[in-house]
Amino acid sequence: MHQEFRLNTIGLINRDKKISFKFNGKKYFGYEGDTLASALIANGVHLVARSFKYHRPRGFFGVGVDEPYAIVQLYRDGETDPNCRATEQELFEGLEAKSVNCWPSVNFDIGAINNFLNKFFPAGFYYKTFMWPKSFWYRIYEPFIRKAAGFGVASVAHDKERYEHKYEYCDLLITGSGPSGLASAYAAAKNGAKIILAEEKPRFGGSLLTSEANIGNESGKEWTQKIITELKEMPNVIVKNRAQVFGYYDHNMLVMSERINDHLAKSKKYSPKQRLWYIRAKEVVISSGSIERPIVFGNNDTPGVVLASAAKEYLKIYGVLVGKKPLIFTNNDSAYETAVEFKKNGISPVVLDTRNNPDSEIISEAKSMGIDIKFSHVVIAAKGYKKVKYAEISKISEDKKSLGKIENISCDCICVSGFWTPTIHLASQSGNKTKFNENIDAFVPGKSKQQETTLGSANGIFSLEETLKTSFEAGYEKSKKITKKDNKISIPQVSEKKHSKHDKFWCVPLPKEKKYKRFLDFQNDVAVSDVELALREGYRSIEHVKRYTTLGMATDQGKTSNLNGLQLVSNIEDKIVPAVGHTTFRPPYTPVTIGTIVGREIGKHSKPTRKSPIHSWHEKNNAVFVDAGVWLRPRYYKRGEENLFEASKREAENVRKNVGVCDVTTLGKIDIKGPDAAEFLNRVYTNAWLKLPIGKARYGVMLREDGIVMDDGTTTRISENHYHMTTTTAQAANVLSHLEYYLQIVWPELNVNVVSTTEQWAGAAIAGPKSRSLLQKLFPGTDVSNEGLPFMGYIEGNLFGVHARIFRISFSGELAYEVNVESDNGNFMWEKIIEIGTEFSIQPYGTEALSTLRIEMGHVAGSELDGRTIPYDNGLQGLVSKKKDFIGKRSLNRKAFIEENRQKVVGVVPLDKKTSIPEGSHLVRDSKAKLPNPKLGHISASCWSVEYNNPFSLAILKDGKNMIGQKLFAMCPLKNKTIAVEIVSSHYVDPKGERVRS
Amino acid sequence: MLHIKCPYCGMRSQNEFAYGGDANVKRPELNKEVTDKEWDTFVYFRKSPRGKHLELWHHISGCRQWFKVQRDTLTHEIYKTAEIKEDI
Ligand SMILES: [Zn+2]
Repeated sequence: MHQEFRLNTIGLINRDKKISFKFNGKKYFGYEGDTLASALIANGVHLVARSFKYHRPRGFFGVGVDEPYAIVQLYRDGETDPNCRATEQELFEGLEAKSVNCWPSVNFDIGAINNFLNKFFPAGFYYKTFMWPKSFWYRIYEPFIRKAAGFGVASVAHDKERYEHKYEYCDLLITGSGPSGLASAYAAAKNGAKIILAEEKPRFGGSLLTSEANIGNESGKEWTQKIITELKEMPNVIVKNRAQVFGYYDHNMLVMSERINDHLAKSKKYSPKQRLWYIRAKEVVISSGSIERPIVFGNNDTPGVVLASAAKEYLKIYGVLVGKKPLIFTNNDSAYETAVEFKKNGISPVVLDTRNNPDSEIISEAKSMGIDIKFSHVVIAAKGYKKVKYAEISKISEDKKSLGKIENISCDCICVSGFWTPTIHLASQSGNKTKFNENIDAFVPGKSKQQETTLGSANGIFSLEETLKTSFEAGYEKSKKITKKDNKISIPQVSEKKHSKHDKFWCVPLPKEKKYKRFLDFQNDVAVSDVELALREGYRSIEHVKRYTTLGMATDQGKTSNLNGLQLVSNIEDKIVPAVGHTTFRPPYTPVTIGTIVGREIGKHSKPTRKSPIHSWHEKNNAVFVDAGVWLRPRYYKRGEENLFEASKREAENVRKNVGVCDVTTLGKIDIKGPDAAEFLNRVYTNAWLKLPIGKARYGVMLREDGIVMDDGTTTRISENHYHMTTTTAQAANVLSHLEYYLQIVWPELNVNVVSTTEQWAGAAIAGPKSRSLLQKLFPGTDVSNEGLPFMGYIEGNLFGVHARIFRISFSGELAYEVNVESDNGNFMWEKIIEIGTEFSIQPYGTEALSTLRIEMGHVAGSELDGRTIPYDNGLQGLVSKKKDFIGKRSLNRKAFIEENRQKVVGVVPLDKKTSIPEGSHLVRDSKAKLPNPKLGHISASCWSVEYNNPFSLAILKDGKNMIGQKLFAMCPLKNKTIAVEIVSSHYVDPKGERVRS
Repeated sequence: MLHIKCPYCGMRSQNEFAYGGDANVKRPELNKEVTDKEWDTFVYFRKSPRGKHLELWHHISGCRQWFKVQRDTLTHEIYKTAEIKEDI
């Protein structure tokens, strides 16, 4: 198959290896080393996209990250990715890509009617039009805009690729392997610094690959090869290609995305597709180069209008012609290199230079080659719909205000160059306040904010000689500071052609009768007229103009458009560009896939899963699990066809009737030791702790300093200076930090140590009237009678050779015990309890039955201790000591906390004794009252009381103390329920607490 | 992400730490009579300075020690870190 626009000799591609691919369903081929863009251009395909707003035909404009048009939907190994730039995507066998933003096809696009209706799509169009009527937004406007806009479709399938994160530390991070990057990296590496050299492209060398300048007696390409080869062999150097440093954060932390397998048809086994690097660098060299900016003229978005530097790169790297009749339009010398390169390859370009007879080595060379050069000329407009066919050109006056007679000149591409814009994104992200450089009409980094230096063309230095000199020096100086070594490399001689001064001209004035659109932002379709309109409508700040017109807000972040937009605003406003200022650069510099950002933290790995040592037993016994923080806990154990309600009811009933066992390993446990431990507990808890005897447990409540209940639990005195504290599962981590805060900062004089032992102990709660009989059989040598082990007592025992701690404490309100053994013995303990418990009809119970038991007993838990309630609200005022001080005590005297009608926990029963009340329902006096209906309280927890066989709920109710016996309504608008209820005591079962003491 | 020097462990990334608020706050002594105003100032009122700020951090995924950090709230520059008992 013939590639019409491919040359036979030039380029860095491998012509021995053909690669076939499909674009919009049609088969083509290219070569190894091609990008999708270079291969398509080689095949004469220029129409690849439709523009965002007007759906105008679009081709290729750039050759790398700056590409605004050629964004495709990519298909690879059964997956699909939107928003891929064809100029960056390397070709692989079997690659498939499709145009986006066009329907039904790129050649015939219905949305293109927008182009002819463009009076209706001016700046701020979406703001103005789609705001009214409001009801149309969801049903009509939004679906239409979504279908007509966008850069591809995200896959909804599970991504089977792997992504990784990596942390790295280095002395010097160098972002870009052009001349400044290579020189500084080499100098620093030779001086012993640990460096990372990152190159976004597959090939190292940046502008050296297409430069005609020589370094020593080598070409730029050869020199690059030599330096890279040597760097790769050094142990203190990491060299990465396909790696984009896209974010610069605080304290010299930079983030880099490395595309490891995107250039292959299929990812290598055990290899991630992309890797995210967090790099903490002592020093950073920003060697990100510069991007050519266009001159603005009529229809400058027509396929075939490309950047002159891109045309040169397509030629010299890929051996591809962007056209055979090129028209080159420039205000500076660099485009002459493109002209010369065309000429060398047998193509005769015409050069239009906005300047009046400039003189330099490269212009002389072009003249001597016989290239047709027209000085003081401009392109007024590109003509041709799907591809440039000819251009309207004319002479322009010295003051650049008046045009001459319009002539037509035949051409198939227009290579445009409006000089160079330093890539200052990373410097700006580092906090560096950029400054405007009048010599190059662009912003460059100012004074360093963090440990960063910008070198080469990113710093506005376009001479290779000066770039190498300053970069070798910077690499040496920076490394010397870190390594204290002194190995200096001699700087090689450079031979390059000197350039003459560029022309500040950036936008072609239109003759009065011509109404061509002149685009500034190619990706978001923002034209000169849109910015003019925004300014007429009163927008002044560049940040506002940006948002109103969407200038520079596309996925290319305005890489080719920012500066021209600023020029326009400054011209109209009659300000200088630095006074207008530029908009903020934010990471990422280029789009980064969600997969890369997420890394391995997907599915189960998005948070740790903690399992008790008894977990596998639960699994084998049909436990249905529930997330409790990061823990997995059995919610209920399913028997046969039981549902949640039936199973939890059975389990709770069995606790009330016989005996049940519940895995309570997840409870927070904190070991507290030291001679001042009792005094510390006395300050932490609201109740008294100084006189707790050894071998006794006590229930305690701890507050925050603002008086709100923080957590509750029991603490047991194991020995003279040793206590074992339990916390709720959810608050375990907070309580430990809280204790450490007071011990380390507020009361450092207390001699106490605290450490988490949550994972060291496995726990089983044995609850029910038959629990003592079971315990006796588990610990035959231990006295567990009511006298030997009274309520809130503690003893140690021997469970068939395993040391165990036995606490007589109860959450269920029944006679109950908690047995703790070392975690490794947890499963052994559990199986023994089940085995021996069989004769007492033991059943395991899950968190649902556990909730039921505590709710009908009126024990407050997380849903009442919700970060808004004080001890009184929870009926815990009896535990608040009046004699001693403790954390948060002073707050309890505040006015609102001592009000007579404060909220309080109460019980709620539906009058029909049938209808369960949804948690979160509001309690109101009048169910028919006018909205907003005054809320008296809310339902905090609901269960089916197994004791009375009817629904029962807890609620936090205003003036709860005086509301017992009242009839109210529970309203749940979410479930459209209104339930007549009666307020009762929260202690629905065994209000005197006789069972736990039995 | 900040790079913070724990006085006990050395330079570590911010994701190992928890922020603990203003280090100048002093809890009223136990059993001391304090007015509502004094108590409210301790519990609720904090300055939000632009610039130098002395604050507490907790090396929660490390040695679990609380310590002091003198940080610029505008630039994130960290001037100094110190053990609780040291003065900054
Ligand atoms: Zn530490």
